[in-house]
Amino acid sequence: MNISGNDLILACSAIGAGLAVIAGIGPGVGQGIAAGYAANAVGRNPGAKSDITSTMLLGQAVAETTGLYGLLVAILLLFVKPLTW
Amino acid sequence: MNNAILMASGADIDIMVHGLFSYEIFGQTCWITTTHVCTLIVMVILIGFFFAANRKIKHAKEVPDGFQNVVELIVEMLDKMVKGVMGINSGKFANYISTIFIFILMSNISGVFGLRPPTADYGVTFALGVMTFCLIQFNKFKHQHVSGVLKGLCDPWPIWAPINVISEIAVPVSLSLRLFANILSGTIIMALVYGLLGWIATFWPSVLHVYFDLFSGAIQTYVFCMLTMTYINQAIDSE
Repeated sequence: MNISGNDLILACSAIGAGLAVIAGIGPGVGQGIAAGYAANAVGRNPGAKSDITSTMLLGQAVAETTGLYGLLVAILLLFVKPLTW
Repeated sequence: MNNAILMASGADIDIMVHGLFSYEIFGQTCWITTTHVCTLIVMVILIGFFFAANRKIKHAKEVPDGFQNVVELIVEMLDKMVKGVMGINSGKFANYISTIFIFILMSNISGVFGLRPPTADYGVTFALGVMTFCLIQFNKFKHQHVSGVLKGLCDPWPIWAPINVISEIAVPVSLSLRLFANILSGTIIMALVYGLLGWIATFWPSVLHVYFDLFSGAIQTYVFCMLTMTYINQAIDSE
């Protein structure tokens, strides 16, 4: 079997894309913690539910950013293929 | 060999922006892409809605009904959102924030109607991020003057200035990347479902559409406008 350098780089890019989306672990944990505390807060003060929900969603969306960077790296490796020639 | 990685099944998975026709300007080749077309469609729909709303409000009734109710509800909701975050500074910014809110929301949920969402193109979201950046810097210079801005840059010590500059530039980049990556991930997953599953993907992907297009799109719109308002508010009164 004859593997050219480009093919090797493409294969390694696919592996790298898979590794890059491991970044999704962090936001998952962070969003879970945020949701847990929000549930806690609603339990203590049910009247402030709408405020708590909007604050929680905002914080979660910001925490999601790091995971999305991992996704972007994966997409760049798969579709833009910056390392091949 | 080019697209072989994802397209191994031979299915028609289509997530990329396509060029429709190209033209030359100053020696550069520019493309009119599907993003332009989808943005134009969204804009035409919005402009039509605005004309209809304008005509309705001009002949407004004392007791609102039907369409007038909808328009008043939208305006009141957006005003309340802006006022809730910006307080007394809201007056001048309510128009801008409402405009980009409606535009981003319509762009995000246009995936339901079979368009490729314009916000799934980094060019669109980067332009929105740059607009936010300009607003932040303009208000900073207007309300804190040059001395205040310089003082903010050299926050603990002057040696930290480069890091503070980087954190300023990171604002539009992270704002635009967040919106772009969220919508793009939804687009990719929908394309994978339709492309790889073939005839199995009938009816039930509508549930995925509700999550990835409607819910995620609305949340990201809210987050983009919320962060824009928070940053501008910070720039206005950072005392």
